[in-house]
Amino acid sequence: MGIEAKNVSFRYSNREPWIFRNMNICVEEGERVGLTGPSGYGKSTLARLLAGYLKPTEGEILLDGGPLPKKGVSPIQLIYQHPEKAINPRWKMKKVLQESGMCRQEVMEALGIERDWLERYPRELSGGELQRFCVARSLFCETRFLLADEMSTMLDVITQAQIWNVMLKEIEGRRLGLLLITHNKELAKRVCSRVICLGYI
Amino acid sequence: MNPTASEKGGFYIGRARMGRRFWNRRMRLIVLTFLMFAVIFGVYLAGAVLGEEAIAADFSRKGLAPSWEHPFGTDMLGRDMLARTVKGLSVSILVGTVASGVSAVIALIVGVVAAMGISWLDHLMNWLIDLVMGIPHMVLLILISFSCGKGLRGVLAGVAVTHWTGLARLIRSEVFKIRSEQYVEVSKKLGHSGRWITIHHILPHMVPQFLIGLILLFPHAIMHESGLTFLGFGLPPEQPAIGIILSESMKYIAAGNWWLAFFPGLMLVMTVFLFDRLGENLKKILDPYSVHE
Amino acid sequence: MEKEGILVVKELSVSFRMYDKGLEQYELEVISNLNLDLKPGEIVAVAGASGSGKSLLAHAVMGLLPGNATVGGEIRYRGEVLTQKRKEALRGREIALVPQSVAYLDPLMRVGNQVRGNRPDEGRRKAQKEIFRRFQLQERAEKLYPFQLSGGMARRVLVSTAVISGARVILADEPTPGLDLEMAVEALKVFRELADEGKAVILITHDIDLAVHVADRIAVFYAGTTLELMKASDFQEGKARHPYTRALWEALPQNGFRPIPGFQPYAKALPVGCLFGPRCPRKTKACEAEIPMRKLCGGYVRCIYGD
Repeated sequence: MGIEAKNVSFRYSNREPWIFRNMNICVEEGERVGLTGPSGYGKSTLARLLAGYLKPTEGEILLDGGPLPKKGVSPIQLIYQHPEKAINPRWKMKKVLQESGMCRQEVMEALGIERDWLERYPRELSGGELQRFCVARSLFCETRFLLADEMSTMLDVITQAQIWNVMLKEIEGRRLGLLLITHNKELAKRVCSRVICLGYI
Repeated sequence: MNPTASEKGGFYIGRARMGRRFWNRRMRLIVLTFLMFAVIFGVYLAGAVLGEEAIAADFSRKGLAPSWEHPFGTDMLGRDMLARTVKGLSVSILVGTVASGVSAVIALIVGVVAAMGISWLDHLMNWLIDLVMGIPHMVLLILISFSCGKGLRGVLAGVAVTHWTGLARLIRSEVFKIRSEQYVEVSKKLGHSGRWITIHHILPHMVPQFLIGLILLFPHAIMHESGLTFLGFGLPPEQPAIGIILSESMKYIAAGNWWLAFFPGLMLVMTVFLFDRLGENLKKILDPYSVHE
Repeated sequence: MEKEGILVVKELSVSFRMYDKGLEQYELEVISNLNLDLKPGEIVAVAGASGSGKSLLAHAVMGLLPGNATVGGEIRYRGEVLTQKRKEALRGREIALVPQSVAYLDPLMRVGNQVRGNRPDEGRRKAQKEIFRRFQLQERAEKLYPFQLSGGMARRVLVSTAVISGARVILADEPTPGLDLEMAVEALKVFRELADEGKAVILITHDIDLAVHVADRIAVFYAGTTLELMKASDFQEGKARHPYTRALWEALPQNGFRPIPGFQPYAKALPVGCLFGPRCPRKTKACEAEIPMRKLCGGYVRCIYGD
């Protein structure tokens, strides 16, 4: 039970160079995998493949041994590096949460989402505050796997620790799978049960 | 050096000082925009209310130069040029409103359809845009107006179906941009359909483009209406349109009756300018990047 | 009395004229009582969360603030107070900014030409070649376009643009996003070299972990003000004095990963007295007064406690 990339290769078009070839990675349920390494290894591309935003050029992405669901609410949710890009700037935060159909009071409280934030527009909140919303909406009931792509890179260390402490509790409580992509080795060591380190050139 | 906020005094909320200057920039902009709108609407109403008797022929006062009684002078049939100009502008504004309204709606539909992510539809729409853009405007206008039997209907149809191309391109590229945004990707993964995303994410983003595009279409529409009429393919001669007035005046300019062309022409330019400013002001009000200036 | 630094920022405040919902206009003070001094030969890291005013400081020093901003306090460069006019004259000559990424370069111009600048004379040409050699950029690198540069090359080109100006003060705004610690430290070596030559470097970053590894001193920003100025080594050894700086240390993944609760306050609703007060475990009644910066163990702290 898990998500798996099997001999996956990817490039954007026939004329462009391979971003990576024959990549194999597997995240089991309840497992927290860290992926670190310098930029240019296609870490973010891999996350987008696993989330189903991109199709692999060769190889396949499997969820519990079968293909990824094409329609409906995805059990795999990706959290991006820049929350301000992942939230519609014209929406009030209330609508952002409603879009996910979730309203779990305890998660919102744990994340420290305050009531009056819901009435604000994204530009009136800081990056750290917006990222809490992105985390909240990814933690709705059906989610089984979280992909965090440099999720806390742009945040200050206190906000980073606040958000991760909440996430870890949820992940452990619900036995979610996590793939953490980060350049911060200390963070990967702290958060993950297994760390894959892509080597230096 | 500037005094700090605490020295300046005033009314505090936290450390933010609420402004008490009534005429700040946004206020001025909104009042100005509203005034422009009022002037345009006023001209339209005045023209619609003015009866036929105001422009009745009276040979006892034909060809008078501008005076207090007839500020714009009178023409060779003794008709008051001010009344004719206002009535002409009124027709122009009507044509402008309807034609640019229809044009903008066509542009929105074409733009959104082209960017739906279906390749052949995009090609088709692009081909359509190129087709309309490729033919010189005036030629297409004359053809359409002529085949619709000239008159008000011909002009409206002609102007409406030729002016949407630029805005359609703009909307197409905007929709493409928004479709590739991360929040649209997220929305898909949260289980929302393409239609839901179009309605909730994409269309609201198009509102400013649409409104500004609509208003900036006005001047074009009015100019083309006048041009078409001037050339004799538009409104019939009995209609008091600016194009008719200008084309008639051509005959008398050599005789020194300058006011026949000067005032109506000036008013046309001013109306066009007013619409243009209106669009630019609206852009400043709606554009989130300049709101705090 | 110690010698004044090359760049001194004293009680700087920046406020913006903003619109509220509808038509209300108000003055929003986003930076207040900000202090910083910089000496030749050192790297000072400015660390703080987003919204703490660290980028605004850079913009204020360069004179790049938008028209609706008002600046108070003073910025002195070599003992002389900087006016907007003076800033514009010094910008790019004596004080230079290293931009964040290649996106700030002209994509249609060869990098060599960009570094040389408008209408280069022979001296400028030679200086550019010299600098490229120094940063181990090959001769052919100057013929490349920005998109052809690798990440490391791009960074060295960006720094070159600041160095060729002969600036004595270099401001670097988040120069190493998305690099892990070792690589970032490696990439920031050029700044170390420049500092060793006697230039002064301000390194703006939200990553305090990175800051301590390259800088000599750290200025900790919070809600638009400086809470602490200290030696980088003191932070590394966990000897921070201000409760906020200590909380930063505690929250690092390698030191416990324990966050304090709460948020940095908004400029619109700042607390009275100490800006960190509401989140501070040691808060008392005395913290509600204006808290001055005071000298402590070779650094400065804006806190009435301290050991």
